[in-house]
Amino acid sequence: MSERGTEIDRERRRLLGAAAGAGVALVAPAVVVRALETTPRDAPVDGRVRWGLAIDTAKCAAGCTACVDACARENGLDLQHPPEGAEPADWATQRAVWVRKVRLRDDQTGRETNLPLMCQHCEHPPCVDVCPTGASFKRADGIVMVDRHTCIGCRYCMMACPYKARSFIHEALSDQLSHVPRGKGCVESCNLCVHRRDFGLPSTACAEACAETGHGAILFGDLADPDSAISRFLASEPTRQIREDLALNTGVRYAGV
Amino acid sequence: MVTAVSTTRTHAVALLWILAVLTAMPASARSTVVPGSEAAGLGACVEPTELMRRQHMEFIKHQRDRTVHGGIRTSKHSLAGCVECHIGHDAQGQAVPIDRADQFCGACHAYVAVDLNCFDCHAAVPRGPMAGSLAEAARRAVDEAQHGQGAVQP
Repeated sequence: MSERGTEIDRERRRLLGAAAGAGVALVAPAVVVRALETTPRDAPVDGRVRWGLAIDTAKCAAGCTACVDACARENGLDLQHPPEGAEPADWATQRAVWVRKVRLRDDQTGRETNLPLMCQHCEHPPCVDVCPTGASFKRADGIVMVDRHTCIGCRYCMMACPYKARSFIHEALSDQLSHVPRGKGCVESCNLCVHRRDFGLPSTACAEACAETGHGAILFGDLADPDSAISRFLASEPTRQIREDLALNTGVRYAGV
Repeated sequence: MVTAVSTTRTHAVALLWILAVLTAMPASARSTVVPGSEAAGLGACVEPTELMRRQHMEFIKHQRDRTVHGGIRTSKHSLAGCVECHIGHDAQGQAVPIDRADQFCGACHAYVAVDLNCFDCHAAVPRGPMAGSLAEAARRAVDEAQHGQGAVQP
């Protein structure tokens, strides 16, 4: 937790420093901040930061879905409704999901491993390679996401993704959250809680929820900062990329697989 | 003939009444904003009204790229800012979707028969834990632009 706090402070300092340098005097807001204390980003993201996740599968509990549920709440995925008359089984495979729990079983030994699987935020993302409109893109800070304004819903990216990380929105919606636009005909996936990044908030919904359960299997942070908790974890523990044979240099790393 | 004269006189009286009412009404009530919205109490939008009427779509189109790709959230041309300021409320104080045909965005788009797609994906009322932060960022950007403090991202 303390390491995470350090990271946030660093980000806040950078933003505040930039603001002071530009001679921007922050006007005391006339309106009381009704929700969260936030620092909105005022400069474009750059490559000095690369966001990522480290997942310790030894700590990931069987049957626990705290990260999946938290992600759904944070990103409005729990607001989706099945189309009228839809078979529950069909809906289960069609609804958008950003994180799924995967169980691996070694047939020789019977050892089971649990892990959350989401967009791996590749340095060389296949989804970006195949996108015909440029809607699928990698932000300078390493977040791979979809610009819905240019997405035509062709779903090439869904076919290209080796992690089955992307979802398609099949149904029209009307109760979206202000910070997560979502509409029929576009593809989407985990964006490392990009609204939190842009407003200087800590962590991701999944990492936070995992810590709250006491498992602490998910670590979020800056891979480009050698002093961040995630970088120190990756430097000291043996971790792997899933499908490392594809040489995608994923931003999500797993220990114990 | 008698009927015709009478009709003309009725029209003239009606016109006078309209003029009188328009003169008596405060400027905010005469505008096209939704009564009771935050925008109704303000003199101008984030740009001069004439510019907003003709170019609001250009402003938000350029802004969206800076936000989606650059992560910049301090733009005064924020769609969440539009919604926050122009949203109307029903008798129970519940926010009414802004794209509804009697609301700020919906009414004008219905009048000019132009499809409004923003709210196919974007929230048509402020909703969720970040709505306040999004609106606050937009408000602060407008504030800074109007007071000329620092360079504000357009």
